[in-house]
Amino acid sequence: MSARRDRFQAWLLLAPMLAIMLGVTAYPIARTVWLSFTDAGLSGDSSWVGLANYGDALSNPDYQDAFARTLYFTGISVSLEIVLGVLVGLLLNERFPGRAFVRALMVLPWALPTIVNAMMWRLILNPQYGSLNALLTQLGLLAKYRSWLGDPASAMNMVILADVWKNYSLVALIVLAALQTIPQDLYEAARLDGAGAWTRFWRITLPGILGPLSVALVLRLIEAFKVFDIIYVMTRGGPADGTKTVSFYVYEESFTYLRAGSGAAYAVTVACVSGLLIATYILQLRRQGRA
Amino acid sequence: MQPWMMPGWMGAGVLLFAVAQPAAADTTLNALFMKQAAYSDDDIKSMTADFEKSHPGLRVTLELVPFEALHDKIVATNGAGAEGYDVVLFDVTWPAEFAKHGFLKDVTDRIPADLVGQVFDGAWSTVTTGERRWGMPWILDTKYLFYNKAMLAKAGIAAPPRTWAELADDAQRIKDKGIVPYPIVWSWSQAEALVVDYSAITAAYGGGYGENGKFAFDQGAPLAALTYMKSTLDRGLSNPNSTEYLEEDVRTVFSNGDAAFALNWTFMYGLANDPKESKIVGQVGIVPAPGIEGKAAVSAPNGSMGLGIAAHSAHADEAWSYIQYLTSRPVQDKYAKLSLPIWKASYDDPAIARGQEDLIAAARLALPELSPRPVTASYQELSAILQKALQQALLGQATPEAALHRATDAAARLR
Repeated sequence: MSARRDRFQAWLLLAPMLAIMLGVTAYPIARTVWLSFTDAGLSGDSSWVGLANYGDALSNPDYQDAFARTLYFTGISVSLEIVLGVLVGLLLNERFPGRAFVRALMVLPWALPTIVNAMMWRLILNPQYGSLNALLTQLGLLAKYRSWLGDPASAMNMVILADVWKNYSLVALIVLAALQTIPQDLYEAARLDGAGAWTRFWRITLPGILGPLSVALVLRLIEAFKVFDIIYVMTRGGPADGTKTVSFYVYEESFTYLRAGSGAAYAVTVACVSGLLIATYILQLRRQGRA
Repeated sequence: MQPWMMPGWMGAGVLLFAVAQPAAADTTLNALFMKQAAYSDDDIKSMTADFEKSHPGLRVTLELVPFEALHDKIVATNGAGAEGYDVVLFDVTWPAEFAKHGFLKDVTDRIPADLVGQVFDGAWSTVTTGERRWGMPWILDTKYLFYNKAMLAKAGIAAPPRTWAELADDAQRIKDKGIVPYPIVWSWSQAEALVVDYSAITAAYGGGYGENGKFAFDQGAPLAALTYMKSTLDRGLSNPNSTEYLEEDVRTVFSNGDAAFALNWTFMYGLANDPKESKIVGQVGIVPAPGIEGKAAVSAPNGSMGLGIAAHSAHADEAWSYIQYLTSRPVQDKYAKLSLPIWKASYDDPAIARGQEDLIAAARLALPELSPRPVTASYQELSAILQKALQQALLGQATPEAALHRATDAAARLR
């Protein structure tokens, strides 16, 4: 009897929050899904069109290209962020003079607003007076100043560079926190057994940080797949669509071409991929909880 | 008074207070402008301050966004009802779409008939679909050919080019003499600015984007225009960075003395002659954009913009008085350095021409010849198709024929 009352009371106390979550999260998602089956514009009447929007979206060759591009962006930028993040995390875990200062400095890229970061990189990459051109020509690596964001061969990689610079520090922070939970006596015992630095990394350090690192990996994958703002500011999707990712289609369909219905269909396809990644994330968190 | 009467009595008091409030308080207009070319932020702020001074009780909250964000901002805030903007700045290419979706109030009846003849036709076409007007023209603009007088003199070129072919020849001469590595700079980023340049050259080649509402870019003038653009890149006459430049970048390159020729809006004339902004003060030449021998004397892409009242504005009359003020001749004449007036008579006024005689002379030739970009209610989408095709050709990913053929096919599928 009392257990039942407890449960009732628990639900009663949770109800307001549940209602808010339903209103703020579930309703917009449900409405987006509903919209995606209609030919709704940004205003006015709409009628049911079934799966037509999805057919159009998935058979659009430009969208398929954008999908491949998004995977490229996600794969390369997240891989680099993980590798750099681990290396920097390891470095900052060592004792050296000025460590506190460097640790504080590392938070800076992550704390910068994406828009500010994008503007900063646009200046660095400016073909006329950008510092990247100056650096490379002064080092003798580049014969003359060139355009980085106007050349389809380099534009996407430059956007990736800007994204990695901003986001590796999140990975480094998580790695640093995880490193501090590894007991020092493990290392001492390994040293006594004659294990070298390399073996200690693979046998002690990596297993010790693998849990938090995989959470960071999935979080970054989710973020990277829905990338929009940094690209919108740096290249607006150009040159010749060379940096146009899937989120651009959601935005353009809805707000530039005023087709809320097919915009919603694009949004749902992006959300499905994010959903898969999020499911992986939750599984990963649960596995960690059990470990 | 009985205690139970209190709430009602107080409620009535609050109601009275609420009704009395608007009359005493200021009406605030929300206005959306752009932060790019034409009038500067400071100009817009100072005009608005003057308006507030002469119209007590009216206040204007300004929001300035890049041109690239302007359209989507207007569209997205339409759903906000009366909480959205009252006054919006809109581009010459949008009225067909905005009229179709009802984003702007029809102001045809607010414009006195005697005003029509006093303003350039090209300006009116900016705010008109069929018989209806959706605002007042405010920025009357086209792209001019700017040239660096010192560089032309050094190359022994006596007069600025009058045709696109002459422009390429002159640029070749300047390049050969080693005066500047890339003589021409353009705004050919994947953006509207690229379509403007393309449409300017297309118009000079005789124009025509197809017939019977069907677009055909892969033949005649539209194809010739892109072929010309690409050839200037291939010959090393155009700055290769052009494919990532917007108008502001073109201005920096030209003002820095790194280009002999540039195509840009009016605003560059004032800024390239401003010692704080430019290294080439006094060297700035301006003429109408070139034409094509036997086809067109000049090119003049219509890049005008108008001010309209957002459909859901609750202060239409106040918004209109603000628009009337900004577009009035005295205000436009006062700020005629970065953007020229819509009023024909202003161009005969020596006070306006003083210090910018060349600009006014070029404007007199160009403004009567304004040519449109392709006209359709799906302009945003058509422009995106064109931007991609043009860039593919300019970057060497496809031939001009192939790129424009794809654009033609894509345009045919527009809903």
